[in-house]
Amino acid sequence: MKQKFDIITSTCVPLPLENVDTDQIIPARFLKATTREEKFFGDNLFRDWRYHADGSLNKDFVLNDPTYSGQILVAGKNFGSGSSREHAAWAIAGYGFRVVVSSFFADIHKNNELNNFVLPVVVSEPFLAELFASIKENPKMEVEVNLPEQTITNKATGKSEHFEINGYKKHCLMNGLDDIDFLLTNKDKIEAWEEASR
Amino acid sequence: MANTLFDKIWDAHVVQNVEDGPTQLYIDRLYCHEVTSPQAFAGMRARGLKCFRPDHIYCMPDHNTPTHDQDKPIEDPVSRTQVDTLAKNAADFGLEHFGMMDKRNGIIHVVGPERGLTLPGMTIVCGDSHTSTHGAMGAVAFGIGTSEVEMVLASQCILQARPKTMRIRIEGELKKGVTAKDVALYMMSKMTTSGATGYFVEYAGAVVRNLTMEGRLTLCNLSIEMGARGGMVAPDETTFAYIKGREHAPKGEAWDKAVAYWKTLKSDEDAVFDKEVQFDAADIEPMITYGTNPGMGMGITQSVPMMEGMSEQAKISYTKSLDYMGFRPGESLLGKKIDYVFLGACTNGRIEDFRAFASIAKGRRKAEHVVAWLVPGSWMVDAQIREEGLDKVLEEAGFEIRQPGCSACLAMNDDKIPAGKYSVSTSNRNFEGRQGPGARTMLASPLVAAAAAVTGVITDPRTLL
Repeated sequence: MKQKFDIITSTCVPLPLENVDTDQIIPARFLKATTREEKFFGDNLFRDWRYHADGSLNKDFVLNDPTYSGQILVAGKNFGSGSSREHAAWAIAGYGFRVVVSSFFADIHKNNELNNFVLPVVVSEPFLAELFASIKENPKMEVEVNLPEQTITNKATGKSEHFEINGYKKHCLMNGLDDIDFLLTNKDKIEAWEEASR
Repeated sequence: MANTLFDKIWDAHVVQNVEDGPTQLYIDRLYCHEVTSPQAFAGMRARGLKCFRPDHIYCMPDHNTPTHDQDKPIEDPVSRTQVDTLAKNAADFGLEHFGMMDKRNGIIHVVGPERGLTLPGMTIVCGDSHTSTHGAMGAVAFGIGTSEVEMVLASQCILQARPKTMRIRIEGELKKGVTAKDVALYMMSKMTTSGATGYFVEYAGAVVRNLTMEGRLTLCNLSIEMGARGGMVAPDETTFAYIKGREHAPKGEAWDKAVAYWKTLKSDEDAVFDKEVQFDAADIEPMITYGTNPGMGMGITQSVPMMEGMSEQAKISYTKSLDYMGFRPGESLLGKKIDYVFLGACTNGRIEDFRAFASIAKGRRKAEHVVAWLVPGSWMVDAQIREEGLDKVLEEAGFEIRQPGCSACLAMNDDKIPAGKYSVSTSNRNFEGRQGPGARTMLASPLVAAAAAVTGVITDPRTLL
């Protein structure tokens, strides 16, 4: 889980759909697990798009198309809307994605990705449209995501964009730290707040 | 300085602002259900931690609970394990637990307000996006992920970026047959499912002031469906009257003190919001959704939108959505045969929703081919249904009241809509497969659901009122 993040250069898997909700990322019937096994969630990522109702493979879905592979998922705007289920982030991480690129993310899901060391990269609409075009033209083209510099580069066109992430979270990702590590170090501040607000 | 209602509550709970980072916010209430908490408790065990403030935390199963025979063990072993795991975690960590068949059990977002656990001015979180419901009481309430549940278990705090503020005013007077659910579906249809992402919404205006507490809970429940971090309503006499006398509400002198404080919880006259939006009640009719996200809704007399003017990318998503639903652009849904009706969920599982449904069912009969699931949001709602004699009215009309839980809203129990079948549902999401793989969901109010249940087709409820 706590994989340190630095620079990732990879081919991409394109999912040019808008409003991909967390019920699609991981359907509710897979939320009954009481453990966090990456393989289980990864195997069921986009389950109902990957498989037909009879259990056979949906060859038309991008995850089943051998043309596309990589650690970067590129999706249409408003990715991760709906339910707060962190299982969606576990499924994305479990499948092997380290980065999700979109022009817009739903708030809760974005936090869930960050808390699982998956980096949500927000790009402009034109950058996203060009990226989809580049991948379509050459599925082997690569994208570089540079967290220290906060840049994403489409290596087919050479175009680069800056992306936002707050300094605290960037530090956590680059050093493999999570929020609980941080919160546990300041219990005195929490107790002081409780005392003051009595 | 002038502050919004949101600012006042948020600022009062800031433990610290992390440099170039989020806010460390103190949390007054953490609600845990069985689905999004087990891995958080496992994380606590792995780190050897105890809960920092166990008396601030309440647990109850709701997602997996069957809506029949709750006195017997759950048939599905995986569901049973998840429900049992919550009970064990609550016991091990010393937390209050309202188990199945406990008269305090129900959907967590119905139980919190009705037990007086959710109060104005609080910060409230739960591993569930519909935590926004509690904002109706004048609280800052929002859904979180499981890692964040673990943070709160461990420290009673959460790290969050401060959202922007938005005020949505709904002015005027609601027309006959138009409910809080229709207001919410109307707003979503205008704002889209991402129109309020990044914002915390305060609902205001004459319509909101005149809503009952149940109506406000429905409205705030659906805030997340516009992408909002949360939604809230300033507490007023309606709020205080609702809370007074409830199990965990302050009593005696503490009540007077609390009300005096709660009365300060409103946006200052000159408070500035990052965004202001206004809607007119006159424009809203009973609503229904035709697509696969809650923003794809329309007035019940309107037609499914055409694709003109959409971007190429939007067209792909729109076509996929309509194909799934089996609808065509330009067609009307009135008169379409439906198969299932679901009344319930944290959206519309309260007493007022059962009253509304019964008002149409009274003196009529359920259509022969329709399967209807009427699921109270809690045992308390169930008791009130029986007290008011609504159970008799509904039974005479051929309906049966089931036992409380989330049920067919997300079909984690047995209440699944079969593939290809049409469901008119009072729940909150019409995503592909939400009510079961292949299920086709149309979101609507309890009145629209009742009209569909008795006629067997999509029907404008105003023709039956």
